[in-house]
Amino acid sequence: MQNLLEIKDLYVNAGEKEILKGINLKINKGEIHVIMGPNGSGKTTTANAILNNPSYKKSKGSIIFDKEDITNLKTDEIARKGIFMSFQLPEEIPGVSVTNFLKYAKNKITNKPVKIFEFKDEVKKYMDELKMNPKNMDRSLNVGFSGGEKKKNEILQMLVLNPKLAILDETDSGLDVDAIKTVSKGIEMFKNEENSVLIITHNTKILHSLKPDYVHVLIDGKIVKTGDASLAKEIEENGYESYK
Amino acid sequence: MSKTNIDEINRNIYDIKNKDEYDFKIKKGLTPEIIEEISKQKNDPDWMREFRLKALEVYNKLELPTWGPDLSELNMDEIATYVKPKSKLNDSWDDVPEDIKNTFDKLGIPEAEKTSLAGVGAQYDSEVVYHSIKEDLIKQGVIYTDMETAVREYPDLVKEHFMKCVPVYDHKFVALHGAVWSGGSFVYVPKGVKVDIPLQSYFRLNSPESGQFEHTLIIVDEGASLHFIEGCSAPKYNKVNLHAGCVELYVKDNSYLRYSTIENWSKNMLNLNTKKAIVGKNAQVDWVSGSFGSKISMLYPMSILNGEGAKTEFTGISFAGKGQNLDNGFKVVHNNINTSSVVNAKSISKNGGKCTYRSLVRINENAKNSKSSVSCESLMLDDFSISDTIPVNDIRTDEVEFSHEAKIGKIGDKTIFYLMSRGLSEEDAKAMIVRGFAYPISKELPVEYAVEMNNLINLELEGAIG
Repeated sequence: MQNLLEIKDLYVNAGEKEILKGINLKINKGEIHVIMGPNGSGKTTTANAILNNPSYKKSKGSIIFDKEDITNLKTDEIARKGIFMSFQLPEEIPGVSVTNFLKYAKNKITNKPVKIFEFKDEVKKYMDELKMNPKNMDRSLNVGFSGGEKKKNEILQMLVLNPKLAILDETDSGLDVDAIKTVSKGIEMFKNEENSVLIITHNTKILHSLKPDYVHVLIDGKIVKTGDASLAKEIEENGYESYK
Repeated sequence: MSKTNIDEINRNIYDIKNKDEYDFKIKKGLTPEIIEEISKQKNDPDWMREFRLKALEVYNKLELPTWGPDLSELNMDEIATYVKPKSKLNDSWDDVPEDIKNTFDKLGIPEAEKTSLAGVGAQYDSEVVYHSIKEDLIKQGVIYTDMETAVREYPDLVKEHFMKCVPVYDHKFVALHGAVWSGGSFVYVPKGVKVDIPLQSYFRLNSPESGQFEHTLIIVDEGASLHFIEGCSAPKYNKVNLHAGCVELYVKDNSYLRYSTIENWSKNMLNLNTKKAIVGKNAQVDWVSGSFGSKISMLYPMSILNGEGAKTEFTGISFAGKGQNLDNGFKVVHNNINTSSVVNAKSISKNGGKCTYRSLVRINENAKNSKSSVSCESLMLDDFSISDTIPVNDIRTDEVEFSHEAKIGKIGDKTIFYLMSRGLSEEDAKAMIVRGFAYPISKELPVEYAVEMNNLINLELEGAIG
């Protein structure tokens, strides 16, 4: 198995507060990983740290992606290396249509001109699969979108930008059962032997339709246990109490 | 022309300085002798010479505005109010002197003329050096010419309208304009004639320590329609330049006029411009305005809705960077029943720039069943830029629908992070947010001007980060 992402002994602060206290994580190509943990355990911080959000400061440790040290690269450089993050709360961008945004981002990620007709067909195909309203293409990005529409839009971006590693931060939260199924379908469409998915969640609903290779339990900024899919099931039944 | 690649900008085009060559440059200052000399140089008819001298008297009597930006750096003794370029008026670009033609070439004017305009006027310093109009419009009786030719060839039409919509006693700089005006365009669209393709006049000020005072007079007769575009720019000098143009629009019953402006004066320019429209029964005037340049701008286009059912829309954006104080806005007077006005104003300020939206909505007692809706939104790109809204609403009847909305915002770090996670650099991210913010305005412009506006936004944002 070829390694795609390796986080080594990572310590991260948000403001004055230390959130991550020595995270170690290895993700190989072709794998689906899940980080679970209660609120405030550092799940979202982990995702933001991988993409080097300037609001989070790394005090120690490193992140290797595809054999390259990306610890201190800028967010856009990391994105262009092939890491994507689906946001828990996607931002609204008035005046920029979904189509134009996708086209622009695709151009930036691939550094190649986007072929308009092929691109439109591709986007349409994904939108059909995700049961998205085609009219959303011309709407301003995320403006006036429902929670579910925003999450589907994130998955659409993931499919279009086709990263090597997709980090899905609480993509399942706030979604009804049907929407979770649709989102899972999007992830299945994306997934192949060459790429990887890191799912960050505090519940297990999405894991009913996706089969993770590894499940990590994050408590108070540390991964306290790693296991297979059965670990998620165990947590579903017993909660995090025994790990605290 | 489908120039959609917004990266292809050359920031130098606006800043090209030609040598300060001229046929004649009036000495600096403002005296009756100087006005007489300008009038002589321009071969004014007697009535115009007298008009100028009277306007100068009014100018001397009026005070500077007591509100708005500080204009104390303006010293009329340091400004040459008339600079006659080394070119006569031409109807072929081939006859325009090389360096002047090159300037307009780089600004894209002759190219736009070929592809998307029905007529073009190009002014360089104080005089119009090129004017053209399509043959089929001439056949329909449309007049589009420089203001001097209009004074000579259509004296009755000019006398009836010239500075009647904007009288010289309106304010000090209108009086100044009346005294030293030169150049500009005259348009007459006869009854029922629809001009489908826009006309455009472009104003270029090259000469340092000088002023430009073009006069634009447009009459859209009953049932006619027109889209008129004006553009303006200047290279930057160390000392103050002054622009005090005047735009008078007569929009007669059942007619339509759209007046679009892309203003990119250099950042040593004081832009003290006056624009007004008188709108007849069931007629409509729409203003679309992009204001990017100038050190100080005081510009408040005004619609006077005199006719029953008259309408106006104002769509405008101001973008103030370092050292800029853009005090722009809109005024409307509802003077008859069933009139309506819609205002959509936006401003962007960065690097300590200041944008003020200053407006007047007056609905008179006789304007029952009228509507007015005003929305203004500002975006500040950092913590030390300034944005202000100063609306005056003077509603004198109850039987109206009136709404006013104002929003002030900043670009959040989260939004930038979100866009950067999609591969956009910080600059790209900010530019995308700003372009999106400006989109409701830019979509109102013809496509090539929307592209120019996006280019200007990118120019303004370049080097703004960090």
